[in-house]
Amino acid sequence: MYGGGNVFEATKFDDLQTEDPAKLAEFEARIARGEKIEPNDWMPQLYRKQLIRMIEQHAHSEIIGALPEGTWITRAPGFRRKMAQMAKVQDEVGHAQLLYSAAETLGKTREQMLTDLINGKSKYSNVFNYPAFTWADSNIISWLIDAGAIVNQMANAKGSYGPYSRALERICAEEAFHLKYGHDAVVHMATGTPKQREMIQAALNRWWPPIMTFFGPSDKMSTHTETLMRWKVKMASNDECRQQFLDMYVPKIWELGLTVPDPNLKKNMETGQWEFTEPDWDEFKRVINGDGPCNAERLAVRRTAEERGAWVRRALLNPKAKYVKPLA
Amino acid sequence: MNELAIKDLLYKLADDQLILGHRNSEWTGFGPILEEDIAFSSMAQDKIGHSLAFYTLLQELGEAEPDTVAFTRNANQFHNSQLIELPNGEYDFSLIRHFLYDNAEIIRFEMLSQSSYEPIAKVATKLKGEVKYHVLHANTWIKNLGSSTEEAILRLQTSLNEAIPYALGMFEPSKYEQELIEAGVYAGEEAVKAEWLKRIQAVIEKTDLKLPDLNTIEPKLGGRYGEHTEHLQPLLDEMAEVFKIDPTAEW
Repeated sequence: MYGGGNVFEATKFDDLQTEDPAKLAEFEARIARGEKIEPNDWMPQLYRKQLIRMIEQHAHSEIIGALPEGTWITRAPGFRRKMAQMAKVQDEVGHAQLLYSAAETLGKTREQMLTDLINGKSKYSNVFNYPAFTWADSNIISWLIDAGAIVNQMANAKGSYGPYSRALERICAEEAFHLKYGHDAVVHMATGTPKQREMIQAALNRWWPPIMTFFGPSDKMSTHTETLMRWKVKMASNDECRQQFLDMYVPKIWELGLTVPDPNLKKNMETGQWEFTEPDWDEFKRVINGDGPCNAERLAVRRTAEERGAWVRRALLNPKAKYVKPLA
Repeated sequence: MNELAIKDLLYKLADDQLILGHRNSEWTGFGPILEEDIAFSSMAQDKIGHSLAFYTLLQELGEAEPDTVAFTRNANQFHNSQLIELPNGEYDFSLIRHFLYDNAEIIRFEMLSQSSYEPIAKVATKLKGEVKYHVLHANTWIKNLGSSTEEAILRLQTSLNEAIPYALGMFEPSKYEQELIEAGVYAGEEAVKAEWLKRIQAVIEKTDLKLPDLNTIEPKLGGRYGEHTEHLQPLLDEMAEVFKIDPTAEW
């Protein structure tokens, strides 16, 4: 998990006017040739800023995303699930570590990023502002949110920034296992006892609306991202990712005899596009801006973890050590 | 060899690993730094894996299958030492417990790898390689933090004082102690304790921490035979919450 639905700042042409035109042209030519940009290479300020924002959001999504599933580690039923759930959530925390390192290469420290997370200044994937009420919710997250993240991350792994793209390649390899785990858990529920079926259908019903917003607002309403796409920061549009996800997973959901709680969901055979009830983007905005069912709780947990661990970090601090950017 | 004695030994090994694995896993998402979050999760996975290996040996001796044994017993049927079930508290307590426990566990595994009872010897040989890293992790952190800031030293010392009576409870002798020793299954709890003391002292000497005078301390016994603190039953209830919705279901 758990990247996806990044929020980008509107890019203004003005931002580029202060850049050296020759360097900018060379930079764009390199990207057009498919070269990777490395930490010490020249890059426009806007590129640096947007990448920090994107990688940081992704890293935050990993550690915040570890919370709803993490609460089910201690309650996972049976050894097989308990061990898999632990390993899965640990992977996500490991992804955060990789991603913070990748973002650090651009000049922002992990500590600054975590401070911005706690202060609510930087975002994380909006889906984690929704609760995982039951074990089945955790299964739906493991399967479908991870599936969504893979769609997004496979695209972004082809992006232009070397450290991010390498981190994503490693992450995607692990995500492939999460997807298998999540699918296996959902299959057991969906083909299990009537109680299990009821639990998994209820969880799917709860999670469907957040899943539909996972890739971010419709392209019609998104801020202009042409520059970011030319620079291979953003690799696929929100709608493209959503369509791809629906194509890959709706049939698999139906195959299990589960229903999707949207009567309008169907594939238009003429256009090849999925049609669905437009997600509630007002709710999306409200939740992403802090007013969701779990925003306060998620940040409070993170804040408590930071505060409780502060003495450890102080004790580790060597006054003679100089800050060194990680290699990524 | 008396099968009851072997089962008694296996239950305490398995229950210790299961309950501490569970406690370690509670750090996921809450570690003081990401690296520790990940480390505690790795140890949790190893320990729960170890418990499964011992429960599997128990099953071969006629006990119920591992899921049933782990997820359906009550606190008074558990054989873990009380040290293991105490809540994680702050990171200092979790680290001290990890240090005290794993330094004993590695000795047990080393001894058991030479055991006359072959199934245990095989498992212990395989698993001790993993516990070695748990010990390395604990000792490194104790040395690091135990000679760092005043605040860290004070926290660790307080936790050490608090944990020591419970740690001594790990060496509560088995009902079958003499039998196990005579049959060459392992050298017994007193021997584990003597070696443990040497090893933890060697680490503590390298720090600003002090080991309390163990002669003046009353060990917290009873855990090996179902006497537990008020913390174990809630842990077990939480662990079985989903499993008990339908114990016959395939999850």
